[in-house]
Amino acid sequence: MAKKMMVTTTINGEETTFLCEPRQSLLEVLREDLGLTGTKEGCSNGNCGACSVQLDGVLVDSCLVLAAETEGKKVTTIEGVAGPAGLHPLQQKFLEHAALQCGICTPGLIVASKALLEKNPRPTEHEVRYWLAGNLCRCTGYDKIVRAVLDAAETMEAKA
Amino acid sequence: MAEATAEYKVIGTRPIRPDGADKVTGRAIYGGDMRLTGMLHGKVLRSPHAHARIKSIDTSKAEALPGVKAVMTVKDLPKAEARMAAAGEMPINVKYLSNNVMADEKVLYKGHAVAAVAATNVHIAEEALALIEVDYEVLPPVLHVLDAMKADAPLLHEDLKTTELGQPTETVSNIASHIQFKLGDPEAGFKEADVIVERELTTETVHQGYIEPHNATALWNEDGHLSIWTSTQGAFVVQKQTSEVLEIPVSQVTVTPCEIGGGFGGKIPVYLEPVAAVLSKKTGRPVKLIMSRTDEFEATGPTPASHMKIKMGAKNDGTIVAAEATLMFEAGAFPGSPVGAGCMCLYAPYAIPNMQVDGYDVVVNKPKTTAYRAPGAPNAAFASETVIDELAEKLGMDPLEIRRINGAKEGDRRVDGPTFPRIGYMETVHAALEHEHYATPLTGPNRGRGVASGFWFNVGFMSSVVINVNSDGTVNLVEGSTDIGGTRASIAMQAAETLGIPYADVRPSVVSTDAVGYTDVTGGSRTTFATGYAAHDAALDVMAQMKQRAAGRWTSDETPVGPEDVTYADGVFACTKDAEQKLTFKEVAALMPRTGGPITGRATVQPRGVGGAFATHIVDVEVDPDTGKVTILRYTATQDVGTAIHPSYVEGQIQGGVVQGIGWALNEEFVYRDDGSMVNSSFLDYRMPTSLDLPMIDTVLVEVPNPGHPYGVRGVGEVPIVPPLAAIANAISRATGKRMTDLPMSPGYVLSKTQNGD
Amino acid sequence: MALVFIPTMLQHLTAGTVQVQIEGRTVRDLIRNLEERFPGIREHLLQDGDFRPDLVVAIDGEQALDLSERVNDNSEVHFIPPIAGGI
Repeated sequence: MAKKMMVTTTINGEETTFLCEPRQSLLEVLREDLGLTGTKEGCSNGNCGACSVQLDGVLVDSCLVLAAETEGKKVTTIEGVAGPAGLHPLQQKFLEHAALQCGICTPGLIVASKALLEKNPRPTEHEVRYWLAGNLCRCTGYDKIVRAVLDAAETMEAKA
Repeated sequence: MAEATAEYKVIGTRPIRPDGADKVTGRAIYGGDMRLTGMLHGKVLRSPHAHARIKSIDTSKAEALPGVKAVMTVKDLPKAEARMAAAGEMPINVKYLSNNVMADEKVLYKGHAVAAVAATNVHIAEEALALIEVDYEVLPPVLHVLDAMKADAPLLHEDLKTTELGQPTETVSNIASHIQFKLGDPEAGFKEADVIVERELTTETVHQGYIEPHNATALWNEDGHLSIWTSTQGAFVVQKQTSEVLEIPVSQVTVTPCEIGGGFGGKIPVYLEPVAAVLSKKTGRPVKLIMSRTDEFEATGPTPASHMKIKMGAKNDGTIVAAEATLMFEAGAFPGSPVGAGCMCLYAPYAIPNMQVDGYDVVVNKPKTTAYRAPGAPNAAFASETVIDELAEKLGMDPLEIRRINGAKEGDRRVDGPTFPRIGYMETVHAALEHEHYATPLTGPNRGRGVASGFWFNVGFMSSVVINVNSDGTVNLVEGSTDIGGTRASIAMQAAETLGIPYADVRPSVVSTDAVGYTDVTGGSRTTFATGYAAHDAALDVMAQMKQRAAGRWTSDETPVGPEDVTYADGVFACTKDAEQKLTFKEVAALMPRTGGPITGRATVQPRGVGGAFATHIVDVEVDPDTGKVTILRYTATQDVGTAIHPSYVEGQIQGGVVQGIGWALNEEFVYRDDGSMVNSSFLDYRMPTSLDLPMIDTVLVEVPNPGHPYGVRGVGEVPIVPPLAAIANAISRATGKRMTDLPMSPGYVLSKTQNGD
Repeated sequence: MALVFIPTMLQHLTAGTVQVQIEGRTVRDLIRNLEERFPGIREHLLQDGDFRPDLVVAIDGEQALDLSERVNDNSEVHFIPPIAGGI
C-alpha cells in the first residue's frame, strides 16, 4: 500500500484536508473517506456521469479525477447545491416535473445542469440535450429532465 | 399542473413525491452508500472462461495478504439440492440459484463467481483476487441458441433433460423445455388466407442497464441473526432466496431495503447477499460488496437473445385467419427464460381464431437471464408486429386499420386459453388513429413512419400496509414496496383519497422485513395496483374505527348512536340522528386517548382483477443513406393506463420504457468473441440512449378504469417497452423499402440491408 | 359443471380432447374428477398434494391459489405457465 499523501482542497465552500493514496479517485475519497455519498458511482470509467462534480466550476466525472489533483482547487458536489435558503431552482423543478424516478442519476444531472446554466443561462432544448449527453438516465427517457432544466433556466432568469 | 377530476380530490393530481428532497440533494441512502462500524469490503473472483470444469481452487496466498480478513468459495455454502421453492415472482430452482451465486464444479459463463474476499479496503480485496489460484479445464462454449439446440452441441448440464410438451424425457440436451399453445386449427386457417407472410427474426442479448450496480451489505451477528441491507426490488424475496441458499430459516434473516437506483427486473434475484453473509460470518464484521460495471454486464441476468419464426395469414379484407410462431430463447447458463410469457403475449392484441405458438427454453454459456421489463414480450412482439406490418403492406392497408379490424376485446381468447376481461386495446388503436401525429404527413426523403402494438399481463401478488393515525390528524403509512419510480406518492395518494385527507397529511415509509407484513416485489407493474389496494383497504379500516369513536362520543341513552349512524364527507364526520353533531378527522384523531386509544388500520391483499395493459405506438424516423444511422424524429405512445393515480409518474413509466425500447431497437447488444468473452462490457460500447439521441416522447394516457381495483388502477410500467422494437423496425422498413428482421438495427446492419438487398 | 380447457401440452392424455365439462365445487374435486375421466392427468397438475410449481390454475382468468378454491357453474378453468415481470 502506497504511502498516503495529504491533500488540502475546498469542498462546497469548506476547506477540507484529507489523506489519500495516490491511486484513489476523487469519487472514492468523496464517498468512502469524506462521507459525501451524494455523488454516485455507476461505472467508474467516465461513461455514465453519475459521479459528476464541478472542479473549479468545470464539469467533470469525479471517477476520472485523482483525489490528489484537487489540491488547492474548489470542488462542488451535489451536497453543495442547495443552500440555507432551500432547494436550488433546478432541484425544485426536477421535483415538480417528476424528472426523477429512481434518482440515482439525479445528483449527477443536477450538477451537470447547474454547470450548464452557469455557462449558458438560456439554453435551447438542443443545447440542453447536447450538454447532458454525458449523463445517462435509464428510467425517465430524459423528456421530463429536459423540461425541468428549461423551466429552471426560465425561473432563474426571471429572478436575476 | 393537472387538477383533480370531479370524481377524485387527490387522485389525478401531480404532487411532489415524499422522498423528493432527499433524492435531489443526494441525501437518500442507496445500498452503495451504506456504512457500518467495522465494515469490510468484499470483491468477487469471476471466471475468465465461458465454460470450464473447476479442478481446484487455492486461496492460501489471498488469505495471507495483509488486510484480507476472509476468503470464501462454494465449499462455504451448503450443497444445494435441485428443488423448487417459491422465492420470487416465479418458483426458483434452488440449485440453479445457489450455483449462480457461486459456481460448483463448473463455470458456465465468463464472469461466473468462483470465490470472494473480504478485506479492510476495496483495493486490497481486488489485489487478493489476483492471488487466488483456480485450475480450470477449459471446455468449448456454446454461444448461440441455434448452436445450443443441435444434437452434438457441448452440454452445459449433464443432468438437464428436455421437458417436451410438458412431459419429462430422457434426452440430455441444452433444450430445457419445449412448450406449445394451440387454439383452433392453423392448418385449416392458412388455407383460407389470401396473403401469407413468413419471416425469421433475431434479437441479441440486452441488459436492463440500471445505472446503480448491485450491492449488498451483511452483518451476521454473534447472536446468529443475519441482517442485510441491499438495493432490491423486493426485500422479502431477498430474505427468502438468501435463506434458501444458506439453508437457514427466514426468521433468522432481516432485510432492510435501501433506496434503489433502477431494477427493471434485474434486481430481484440475489447475487451478492449470500456472499456478503458468509464473509460476515467468517469475519464477525459487516461486509459490503458492490459490483463493478464489468461485473454487471458479465455476470448479472440480461434478457434473452432469441431466434424466432413467424407465419401469419390474412384475407384480402384484412381479417387475420391464422398465425404460427416458434420462439427460441437463450436462457443463459441455467434454464428459465421468459419464453412462456413471450408465447402468451405476442398475439394477445388480436382476436385470431387459429393459432399455434411453440417456445424453446435453451441454455447457453452466457449469464443466466432474468426479468427485464415485460420479459419475453418485447422479443416476441418485435417478431409478430413486424409481420403484421408486412401483411398490411401486402394488402395495401393502413397498419393501424389492420389492427382495428383484428383488435382484441373483452371476451376474446388468448392463445394460452383464458378470455379477456374488460380491456382497453381498441381504445389505444383509436387514440393512435385520431392523434395529430398520425394525421400529420411525414415528408422528406429517407423518412418512414411505423406503428406497433403490445400487451403485458401485469401481476397482482401480495402486499401489506399499516396506517397509524397521529394525534394531529396526519397518518403514517407503513409499506414494504421499494420505491423505484415514485410509488411512495401513488400509494400515499390512494390512502389520502380514501381517508378524505390532504396528500401532505400522509407520511409513507418503506420498511424492513421485520416491520411490515409480507410484500412481494416492486415489479410486474403491480405496486401502485396491489400496494395501493392494500393502502385503500387499510384506510377503510381506519375509517371504520374513526366512525366507531365518533359514535361513541355522540351516543346517549336517549339517542343511541352507532357507527352506522355516522357519515363522512369532506373531512367531516356527521351524525345522521343529530345534525348538530360534527367532528373533523383531525378532531377525532386528537380525541384518540379519550375514546379508546391509538387507531391503527391494517390490510393485506392478494388481489384478483389485475387487468392487463395494451399500448400502440407511432414513430417517425429518418435513415441516413450513407451511414445507416437512424434518427428518431417523433414518438407518440398511447396506452390504456386504467386510472392514472399520479399522471406524471405514469407518463414517466411510458417514456422510460419507450426509450429502453429505442436503445434495444437501434444500438444495444452484447457482442461476444468466439471464446465467450464479452467485447463491450462498458457503457461506452454497450450503447444506451443519451439525451442527445432522442426527441420528447409524447404520451397519451387512455384511461379505461380496471373494474378489479377500487380506483381502477391498471399496471403501467412494463408494456411501454413492448411495441418500440417493431414500431421502429416498421418505420425503417418503410423509409428504406427493405424489411428489418434483426436487432439491433445499428447503422452497419441498416446499411447491409439497404445496400446488399434483402 | 365447469368448462375445463386441456392445455395443448396435455392433450396427449385426453386423446386430443380440448375442452371438457367437469363436475366439481372446488379445484380439488375438479382435478379428482378429471383424473377419473383421463387417468394420468393428475400427476401433471399436482405435486406432493399441491399445485405443481410450474403451473398456474386459472378460474375465469384469475389464478387459483389453493386446491380448496371454489369453482362456479360455467366457470372456465385453464392451466397455464406462470409469468414474471420486471419493472
